[in-house]
Amino acid sequence: MIHEYDVVVIGGGIAGLYTALTASEDARVAVISKVHVTRSHSVAAQGGIAASLGNEEEDHWEWHMYDTVKGSDYLADQNAVEVLVQEAPNAIYTLEHMGVPFSRNAQGKIEQRRFGGHTRNFGEAPIKRACYASDRTGRAIMDTLYDRCLQKGVAFHDEVFIQHLLFALNNCCGAAGYDLATTEPQVFHAKAVVLATGGCGKIYKTTSNGYASTGDGFALALDALLSLEDMEFVQFHPTGIYGLGILISEAARAEGGILRNGLGERFMERYAPTLKDLAPRDIVSRAILQEISEGRGVDGKEYVYLDLRELGGERLNQKLPEITSFVKTYLGIDPGETQIPVAPTCHYMMGGIPTDVGGHVLADKAGTILPGLYAAGECACVSVHGANRLGCNSLIDLVVFGRRTGLSVLKEIKARILQPLPVQAESIVLDKINSLLESHGTERTVVLRETLQCFMTGQCSVFRNGQSIEEAYRQVHQLKKRFLNVGLTNKSRVFNYELQEALELNNMMRTAEIIVYSALQRQESRGAHFRSDFPERNDEEWLKHTFVNETPTGLKESYKPLAPGRFAPEKRRY
Amino acid sequence: MKVTLKVYRFNPQTDKAPHYDVFSVESEQNERILDCLNKIRWQQDPTLSFRMSCAHGICGSDGLTINSQSALACQKLVKDYDYTKEILVEPLRYFCVVKDLIVDLKPFFERIKSINPQTAQNIAKVEPQKERIQTIEERSRFDDALKCILCGCCYGACPVMTEQDEDFVGPAAVLREQRYIFDSRTCDAEERLKILKKPHGVWACKSYYMCTLVCPKNIKVTEAILRTKKKIIQEPPKKPIAEEI
Repeated sequence: MIHEYDVVVIGGGIAGLYTALTASEDARVAVISKVHVTRSHSVAAQGGIAASLGNEEEDHWEWHMYDTVKGSDYLADQNAVEVLVQEAPNAIYTLEHMGVPFSRNAQGKIEQRRFGGHTRNFGEAPIKRACYASDRTGRAIMDTLYDRCLQKGVAFHDEVFIQHLLFALNNCCGAAGYDLATTEPQVFHAKAVVLATGGCGKIYKTTSNGYASTGDGFALALDALLSLEDMEFVQFHPTGIYGLGILISEAARAEGGILRNGLGERFMERYAPTLKDLAPRDIVSRAILQEISEGRGVDGKEYVYLDLRELGGERLNQKLPEITSFVKTYLGIDPGETQIPVAPTCHYMMGGIPTDVGGHVLADKAGTILPGLYAAGECACVSVHGANRLGCNSLIDLVVFGRRTGLSVLKEIKARILQPLPVQAESIVLDKINSLLESHGTERTVVLRETLQCFMTGQCSVFRNGQSIEEAYRQVHQLKKRFLNVGLTNKSRVFNYELQEALELNNMMRTAEIIVYSALQRQESRGAHFRSDFPERNDEEWLKHTFVNETPTGLKESYKPLAPGRFAPEKRRY
Repeated sequence: MKVTLKVYRFNPQTDKAPHYDVFSVESEQNERILDCLNKIRWQQDPTLSFRMSCAHGICGSDGLTINSQSALACQKLVKDYDYTKEILVEPLRYFCVVKDLIVDLKPFFERIKSINPQTAQNIAKVEPQKERIQTIEERSRFDDALKCILCGCCYGACPVMTEQDEDFVGPAAVLREQRYIFDSRTCDAEERLKILKKPHGVWACKSYYMCTLVCPKNIKVTEAILRTKKKIIQEPPKKPIAEEI
């Protein structure tokens, strides 16, 4: 089936919905999602969205910029960060005007709280910069955007899994996938295509991400011969519920929660004397794992405690109701009375599809724009997060750059004609699906996926070194070979999840290969990329963005220098 | 330990009628029902179809009927049920089954769409420079409704929907409308109340409290519906009776 729109947005999280809503002012827009749009993983965002409103205490965008740049370990593009932090306050006000139900302070203004790495006056002390809606901030924004999109007549194609981007004369002119319910090909013909597909946490064993986070957009970009930028920088959130990986927001520590090792010590005092438990995530995650590896985990196990007992039941219910209920449901404990076992959990990809500040996808490191293709949100790399993202900066990234992408699309489609569809648009999808359905291969998707998750967690996680990364690289190659022999037992064409998971695994493996390869090249430690064989940051050689793409002879890397910015690199102390 | 699940099966391509398959899986008491279903699909029968995403009760994908009551498979643990007996896993009631545990949610999302006034406008008529002021008390009037994750569990549990009025707009839709009506910032509350006053709207609810009982987010759904009804009754007539027609 062929659908025609002006704009198609692939992915219906906050970035996708914001882009769609903005473009729908004067265009026919469709959002295509692998899940029902309201299930997108943005709904799991808990703690808040950063903007220097100054509702609780003095704040300035320059302070927010400094924190973001320093948090990024100086790898963020400072012109992009400047756009982000300058536009952040108005973005929050616009959300409020749309109806987002932010929590309020005693003056009736949007309430703000502390968050990791956000400071007053260039690093002096924690600052209240995170706007929030209790610990349901993502859900609150998603719900509002969804309703506004419905009112604007945005079309939703739920449970459609996109497999290919379509090009004509070097213009992106659509996307093709299949309907999960029927396995029928679905072709979307448009003047503009926006990738808003999120991340790929599922390539790790323990993650805060949902089952749908399988790097699909990264694979679509690689298919289009694009490079991925800075993929070695994978964020591990310090506080996932041990074993399950379910997120316990940094807001828990912002509200007074404390990390304690097996001896009961507040160990973050040693790692970050000023910000302590509210240091940026890369630092806290490494600190937790160092405590564990030095034998100070709890009862010799691989976790530490998050202590929320000081907060008391009423505060927990008011400020952190979701977290409180997760802990009660899954661990059977009351966080007001018992400490929560936590360990780092894969959370976010700092890298992604290279874009400019208008959401245009860049075809190369020289900045050539690929006409018709845009990207926003976690799958994109602007880059405002550099080597390590600060908490609450992702939601504001989605909103600011979702809007900017929508505005670019709106302006540019007016001068663009609908390019002819490639004739084989449907058949390439069918061929891909049929070859899997008809394969008699003996390898099973679930076994291969577990193998992938296992070695990514073991060899290319919070701590890595040349040897471990090389081992991961060898294993991912082996896995890709085994995947050629994958077979399905389920031959059905109605909601065949075995088929879907095989296609997803392919996307996960390709993303993992880029992550591992990028990590192997970067012989330094910066932000979330910590190599024990190169434990120091090396600005002379490595203050540059990694670009990696697939070629017929294997992966190929190149580097893009950073534009000079307002803040010169300095040692990161907190 | 071994846990036994009796699972509803239906494949529209091969089956004339649904049937049940019994699976036995190795599981701990603290594992989720969703984990058990995944073990079935990944280790025993890859043809079993069900939806899932976040796996911790926030995305709303895996609403099912478990031991005859609507629930999220990722939020219920094995120990929440008598696991010495078979645990019965079926699709959500009210909706048409597409395959196995997957139902057609179109009627659900159509209703969520239907409660939004047609005229597209931001919630505020005049947009101030900064945020509008809303007191903590004003904000608290609709806080409960914000917990809704659109899982559809309340539709599967509602006796009005399943037995009496299949066109009832449904608990989740009224709840979402209540969220806007009770938001002090909303400028189209009157229009929204009008939508709920229509046939099969809020008055179809007979306060069985089943939605409240099953709600995975512990929302006092029935109470929110009752408050909305009260609001409709209390709205003063806008015009003299003679002019209304």
